[in-house]
Amino acid sequence: MTVSRPWRIALRVIGLAYLAALLLVPVAVIFYRTFEHGLISVWDSITTPAAISAFTLTLEVTAIAVPLNTIFGIVMAMQLARGRFRGKALLNALIDLPFAISPVVIGLALVLVYGLNGWFGRSLADAGIQVIFSTPGIVLATIFVSLPFVVREVTPVLKEVGDEQEQAAATLGANAWQSFWRITLPSIRWGVAYGVVLSVARSIGEFGAVSVVSGKISGETETLTLLVEKRFSNFDLAGAYAASALLAVIALLTLLAMTMIRPRREEEEH
Amino acid sequence: MIAVEGVSKQFGDYTALDNVSIEVPDGSLTALLGPSGSGKSTLLRIIGGLEAPDSGRVVINGEDATSVPPQKREIGFVFQHYAAFKHMTVRDNVAFGLSIRKQPKARIAERVDELLRVVGLAGYAKRYPSQLSGGQRQRMALARALAVEPRVLLLDEPFGALDAKVRAELREWLRRLHDEVHVTTLLVTHDQEEAMSIADHIAVMDNARIEQFGSPRELYDAPSNAFVMGFLGPVSRLGDRLVRPHDIALAAEAEPDALEAMVSRVIHLGFEVRVELMLTSGEAVTAQVTRTEADELELGQGDIVWLRSAGATVLPAPTEPSAPTR
Repeated sequence: MTVSRPWRIALRVIGLAYLAALLLVPVAVIFYRTFEHGLISVWDSITTPAAISAFTLTLEVTAIAVPLNTIFGIVMAMQLARGRFRGKALLNALIDLPFAISPVVIGLALVLVYGLNGWFGRSLADAGIQVIFSTPGIVLATIFVSLPFVVREVTPVLKEVGDEQEQAAATLGANAWQSFWRITLPSIRWGVAYGVVLSVARSIGEFGAVSVVSGKISGETETLTLLVEKRFSNFDLAGAYAASALLAVIALLTLLAMTMIRPRREEEEH
Repeated sequence: MIAVEGVSKQFGDYTALDNVSIEVPDGSLTALLGPSGSGKSTLLRIIGGLEAPDSGRVVINGEDATSVPPQKREIGFVFQHYAAFKHMTVRDNVAFGLSIRKQPKARIAERVDELLRVVGLAGYAKRYPSQLSGGQRQRMALARALAVEPRVLLLDEPFGALDAKVRAELREWLRRLHDEVHVTTLLVTHDQEEAMSIADHIAVMDNARIEQFGSPRELYDAPSNAFVMGFLGPVSRLGDRLVRPHDIALAAEAEPDALEAMVSRVIHLGFEVRVELMLTSGEAVTAQVTRTEADELELGQGDIVWLRSAGATVLPAPTEPSAPTR
């Protein structure tokens, strides 16, 4: 399609204005507001015990949820790409459930199943394990919402790569385990990396599901996003901006990782 | 020696192999030749252990290998689309089988260097497959398969994805390589010229069966049926018989048993002359004569000539449907 020059410029201006109004300006304002009163106040508000605890909890939860989802994602992707079994289409649709359901609903569902009055909650509590209003619940909620990313990134790569290289490895004497580590995993590595980065971003940024199951106990079950929300509702705007800026920095790092991985992944697929 | 005994394979309703038996002589280069869908690749994959037969046995060097997994069969397998390990250098590709077998590093390096020299890729060890041409990738795949010193080399349409010129070069090269290495080789191809030019033996396959097994010459001169005859070379139907076009003799005068025909077109192909004729019955026939013969007869469009089969390769023409011609 060819568009005349004035139109082309107009379309670009509209596109950039849209991006600026919805993305760039808000993020820039966050940073501006954060550093408005100098670095020291920012440092103070992100090094309070509550903030440090929130930051640590967020990283801990991410460090548990992402590896689990990566392993699950690779196994599931191999089933979806290679396996022949009944109900594959249904399973394929189920994987997207966390995208389709609102995180708040996911949180409520977890409370219904694992809460004290839920299906497993009582027996788990008797065994001394508290899920809801505790770290395990936050981990569960995070796993749930970030579950599809690795599967969705890796399945098409596996289909594209095909299984001929694995067959060749088998004829050369490699067993299934050797073939997975030496052939399959290296050929999907950039797809996995991309899925991991997306999972990390989602895990760190999750708010809805986590806010339902966490109980928001300051210094114990409060994640970074919950801290931002709490400070904001308590009119501690400077504190909210500082914590937001911390989240934004993590997000920018993830973005950077993505831009570095994407071209290599595309190169691999062609 | 590879022996396949009464192997059958179904894919759903589709019969890929129907009670197939074949013996591949030791040290030979044997071709499985047939049109697509004839079952030749399935047979190769069953021998390689990449598919399991529904019934029948695969015997490699006297041992029943039917239920042996591919990694224990001591075979080399070369795929049509190379199956190169894209994330590994040429060196690591070729070394793969040896490093799986935990050979000492120095020995691996030595063997890989030797193989890269054999396949003419000595200067390419540090490249990645994406930096090689199709023909180079396939030579790398061959080196990779040969590295583990397989008892049997299985090639599935190895030159099928290459252009005609590279194809012909690699074909020649494979034959020379085989004469040096002498590993029992089974090659799948749909190209009769390829099979005829490099194989010691050919098994012609059609419709999930082996139609005939023999040397290229035997198959060409004494095909067991119209399919084999048509697949290995051009066929003309002369009355109630099938003959090779170059086995049709043309005469200017009437002869006993000769059929009258009118010349519809004379095509000069250098030394060869292709003559298209029309029998009195209305059937079209193609004959192939030398330039000298054509000149002696002074062949021209509309001339009347008499045709007679002068060769040994003659089959009764099937009534319906007509024999394959090419």
